[in-house]
Amino acid sequence: MPITETTTSPTATDQQEYLWTLNFGPQHPATHTTLRLILELDGERVVKATPDIGYLHSGFEKIGEHLDYNQYVTVTDRMNYISPMANNVAWHHAVENLLEIELTPRCQYIRVLVAELARISDHLLCTGAMGLDVGAFTFFLYAFYQRERIYDIFETLCGARFTNSYTRTGGLSQDITPLVIDKTRDFLKTFPRTLDDMERLLNRNRIFVDRTQGVGVLSREDAMSYSATGPIARASGITRDLRKDEPYLCYEDFDFQVCCARTGDSFARYLVRMAEIRESLKILNQLIENIPAGPINVGGDERTALPTKEQVYQTIEGTITHFELIMSNRGFTVPCDETYAAIESPNGELGFYVVGDESNVAYRARCRPPSFIHFSLFPDLIRGHTLSDIVAVLGSLNIIAAELDR
Amino acid sequence: MTTIDEITTEVQSRFNEIETSQFRNQTRLQVPASQLLEVAQHLRDQHAFDLLVDITCVDYLHYRGATDRFGLVILLANTSESLRITLRVMLNEPDPTVDSLTPLWHGANWLEREVWDMFGIHFEGHPDLRRILLPEEFTTHPLRKDYPLQGFGERHNFPVIRRSEA
Repeated sequence: MPITETTTSPTATDQQEYLWTLNFGPQHPATHTTLRLILELDGERVVKATPDIGYLHSGFEKIGEHLDYNQYVTVTDRMNYISPMANNVAWHHAVENLLEIELTPRCQYIRVLVAELARISDHLLCTGAMGLDVGAFTFFLYAFYQRERIYDIFETLCGARFTNSYTRTGGLSQDITPLVIDKTRDFLKTFPRTLDDMERLLNRNRIFVDRTQGVGVLSREDAMSYSATGPIARASGITRDLRKDEPYLCYEDFDFQVCCARTGDSFARYLVRMAEIRESLKILNQLIENIPAGPINVGGDERTALPTKEQVYQTIEGTITHFELIMSNRGFTVPCDETYAAIESPNGELGFYVVGDESNVAYRARCRPPSFIHFSLFPDLIRGHTLSDIVAVLGSLNIIAAELDR
Repeated sequence: MTTIDEITTEVQSRFNEIETSQFRNQTRLQVPASQLLEVAQHLRDQHAFDLLVDITCVDYLHYRGATDRFGLVILLANTSESLRITLRVMLNEPDPTVDSLTPLWHGANWLEREVWDMFGIHFEGHPDLRRILLPEEFTTHPLRKDYPLQGFGERHNFPVIRRSEA
């Protein structure tokens, strides 16, 4: 339902004593995570929504000042746990920018592989959960089965399904195996058909379209002013994608499109996410047959990447490098300076502002959390809509409370 | 198409006391707290830095060679030409206060609230400067360097309601 002047205008909310206050969350099935909204309702219509967050605040940035550059990757897993691989890549992208490390081509390709799989998995969850909230249960099951298959690939790759902690400074925790390639090829072969089915389930589904079209409209100006990035900004017509605009890793090697929409409503955000899954598949198809050979870690002489177990046990250089990196009074050579580096995570620009102080531990590790920034949009998006539209808007924003509160 | 160097020269010629520095191809402008709003508005309106990427802060209490206590970090991006610029504002105790950027970007609202919550930087002109992540009754600002990792015992002193009292 489009917002008209009459539905948005209840101006002096304080004076309207008939308004009904309703708590939405922090434990509510449709928030999916722990966040709370204090709603002021006029009948079924939301006059004012006040988000109250912080229920999941765990001091990740404070912990970042006490864990070294390789240890902190385990904490980034727990920020946006829907696509932990993307967080791993983002964190070490920032650290490598600070330490000025040039990755090997093989490492760059594998990082793009995991980042794009993470993007597919994140978009599947977001659209799936959004479908679930507005009543499309089958769609959710289709999406989650495919997510399972991505988890399987990650499990084969690094042994962990959920909290991967796959990247390391200057490289990766382990190399890719032929089985991973096989599983990814298999996924790339069968997934497009499921994706077709999924699109057929919702794209022209009367109930879904009625509940999402025109709901939570975000104009281009507002998206810019509220610092929106990623699919949410692109659904409002901002053609910004860091993979194209500021190419990092090896994204320049691939042919893909930036998916945008103009309307900026929940339905457009859904469509942009579905289209981005297809573009990610395109990247993966080009990538999987072209992974360059060579080492995954930067050279041992530079003393930035941890050596493998064999190197540590069988060569003196490996032992020395390991010792130099692990001992608390040694470690990386870190400049006394600060830098910001960001990647295009599934949810938007995910960046880390890292301050180095010549020690092994970051002096400050600030995460730019897209969920936090996108949730500040919510009160404006929902004003004037009905109570049942909350789930449609919340689902389309993909708020992950662990990243929201950190 | 303008380069970032042209922009910094132009900004430096227009405003006094702006120091620039570069690191890893990132340009930083150190701005006096009194000029922040003007410089940010100038960058937004004249140089199309339309996206406020992030506002954060660093507490330089134990940092080597640091002279100021807090360094506010404002990351801006020009989305049409893919340029980025960082504004730094150095602030000191006892009164770390700076103008709010909420008149320029709505997105500054929550970001500044978080900085207030975590560092205790006061933003002049902010419409709703409350704590955002921590509970209202919290008394300190935990991302300051003089706040220990384990906290000051806030967690242990939570009032516990036992089953018999409930």
